[in-house]
Amino acid sequence: MSKAILYDATMCIGCKQCESACAQQNSLPYNDSVAAEPVQSAHKWTVVLTKDDKFMRRLCMHCEKPACASACPVGALHKTKPGPVVYDVWKCIGCRYCMVACPFSQPKYEWGSLNPRVRKCIMCPDRLAAGKQTACAEICPTGATKFGDRDDLLREARERIRQNPGTYLDRIYGYNEVGGTSVLILSSQKVEDYGYPASAKIGDTPLPEYTGRVMERVPDFIPVWTLVLGGIYWISHRREEVAAAEAEEEQAKKTQNGGAR
Amino acid sequence: MKIKFTFWRAVFAVIMIAGMYSTYVRYFHGLGASTNMTDQFPWGFWIGFDCLCGVMLAAGGFCIVGAVYLFNVESLHSVVRPAVLTAFLGYLLFIVGLLFDLGRPWFIWHQLIYMNPHSVMFEVGMCVMTYTTVLFFEFLPNVFERFNLRQPIKWIKRIYPVLIVLGILLSTLHQSSLGSLYLIMPSKLHPFWYSPALPFFFFGSAVAVGLAMTIFESTQSAKAMGRHLESKVLVQLGGALLVALWMNALLRLEDYWHRDMLRQILKPGYEAYFLWVELLLAFVIPITMLSFKKVRLSPQGLYLASIISLLGFITNRLNVALIGFETFVGHHYVPKWTEFSVTLMIIAMGFFLFAVAVRYLPIFPAQEHAVVQTVRQPVAGPALGEAVLNAGD
Ligand code: SF4
Ligand code: SF4
Repeated sequence: MSKAILYDATMCIGCKQCESACAQQNSLPYNDSVAAEPVQSAHKWTVVLTKDDKFMRRLCMHCEKPACASACPVGALHKTKPGPVVYDVWKCIGCRYCMVACPFSQPKYEWGSLNPRVRKCIMCPDRLAAGKQTACAEICPTGATKFGDRDDLLREARERIRQNPGTYLDRIYGYNEVGGTSVLILSSQKVEDYGYPASAKIGDTPLPEYTGRVMERVPDFIPVWTLVLGGIYWISHRREEVAAAEAEEEQAKKTQNGGAR
Repeated sequence: MKIKFTFWRAVFAVIMIAGMYSTYVRYFHGLGASTNMTDQFPWGFWIGFDCLCGVMLAAGGFCIVGAVYLFNVESLHSVVRPAVLTAFLGYLLFIVGLLFDLGRPWFIWHQLIYMNPHSVMFEVGMCVMTYTTVLFFEFLPNVFERFNLRQPIKWIKRIYPVLIVLGILLSTLHQSSLGSLYLIMPSKLHPFWYSPALPFFFFGSAVAVGLAMTIFESTQSAKAMGRHLESKVLVQLGGALLVALWMNALLRLEDYWHRDMLRQILKPGYEAYFLWVELLLAFVIPITMLSFKKVRLSPQGLYLASIISLLGFITNRLNVALIGFETFVGHHYVPKWTEFSVTLMIIAMGFFLFAVAVRYLPIFPAQEHAVVQTVRQPVAGPALGEAVLNAGD
């Protein structure tokens, strides 16, 4: 059963302990100045945003059908069975197609490095393999970030909305967006105000389908088009050959006639 | 002539020195220092121009080869060699450009061992690699002929049908796939440019550009080498260009109509201005020009019309790659000077290599032109002057 993270913005107190736990888990630098940075970057995979007295967390959504993974020419990114979308740096050629393809603009790049890596939340695959929860979920003091089975979390999210309809917007962001994600968000605010793309804009269709529709034609297209091109070539050169043969015959006749005379 | 020549040589030297410095910045200080790309704008000018435009501008190779060998347009025979040369150089330089843009260019060969068949980028990569090899073989006879190697020419002649069919197949695939790359970003690319028909647009524009580029380049080389211009060939190319432009224009119009965008594209706005420039240059002006018989019959007119349409299609690709993302990202992207400088260096290299090849190889051999007698003047003066005057990649 695939795992997921449920982030409930109404329970978040903005302590940013998830940020620091993430940094520690992934050996990223973390201090007061990094904590103050309001954007994600190669060294800050998750961020807690503040607006008035409300908070919102951002991180890789770990899409069920990730655009980044389908885009990568060398398959450096892939969705694992338990849920995380992970990155194999040794394969990466640095084309950055994953960055442009991701609807949530999650992959970040080490622009200053001479051997740059793509960086994003990888949902602690080692911890998951060891049967533990993600570092951020473990440290969260209020349970705003909760780790569990996706189906259980969805059920729980629905229950929370049902019990406190005044508190929440009636919506679980990530339930259906781009075909569903392994990060689910509950909130009293519109997530769009914090930089998340609008659900209507990204839609419910997994993005890989848009390119898939074209790519799946390719295997049929190649033999058909080869035959067509080859056929045209054959026909047009056949004519040439015939013409050449006729000319030769003509020539032969002429010389014969000439010889007879 | 002398002054002009020194002037161009100076320009060339400046471009190369600046380019070398930028290359140093790129490889010793990284992409961050040498470009204005950011996490928000991970694809910049190098992808927009060197890759998208570069591959498009090299499309002349497969267009002309197709016309001559598939459809027996005999009169175009004389431009096959320059078109193949341009394409070959174009793809080589495209790969050079890629080596600048990739974050880990030393792993470019990973493409061959870690394959992801779902990735459009993978398909483009494979096609480009194979096609460059095909172009290499199509180009080889020039070298063999130069050194009078009869036997290898015979071998190549034998596989020529395979090369031709393979070349056109691969071109169809990757020219259109460059457009498919953007299909995965429906929420990011501005609706003026995002369309399910992107692969068709990219293929269509490649054909038009291939024709325009051949006109441009034949005229240029004729000028530079004092060759007699084969106006019959040009006129034929011009006619084909007009048809191709119409097809492209109608396709675009149909798409806007289909997606109910016609009213939006007429409303003034940041993206609209760029779109208008693109449509004016790519379609309105050249189609109007070419509709006059007088223009279609004059080498000057054809030359001008093809340059304008080339600029239009270049604008189109830059719009897709750069302008179309600005609203989504929320700020503008302006390339750093080092980005321009690397691109300029690559283009200059293209011009230079073209001139060298034309000078030392039988690219424009007199005996090739059975139809029109061409007066090929002895190439006087160093190749460098022509390098800049001649056509480019
Ligand atoms: S959010 Fe972006 S980076 Fe994360 S899995 Fe989805 S597509 Fe990939
Ligand atoms: S940058 Fe690396 S991980 Fe991203 S698509 Fe390219 S090769 Fe794959």
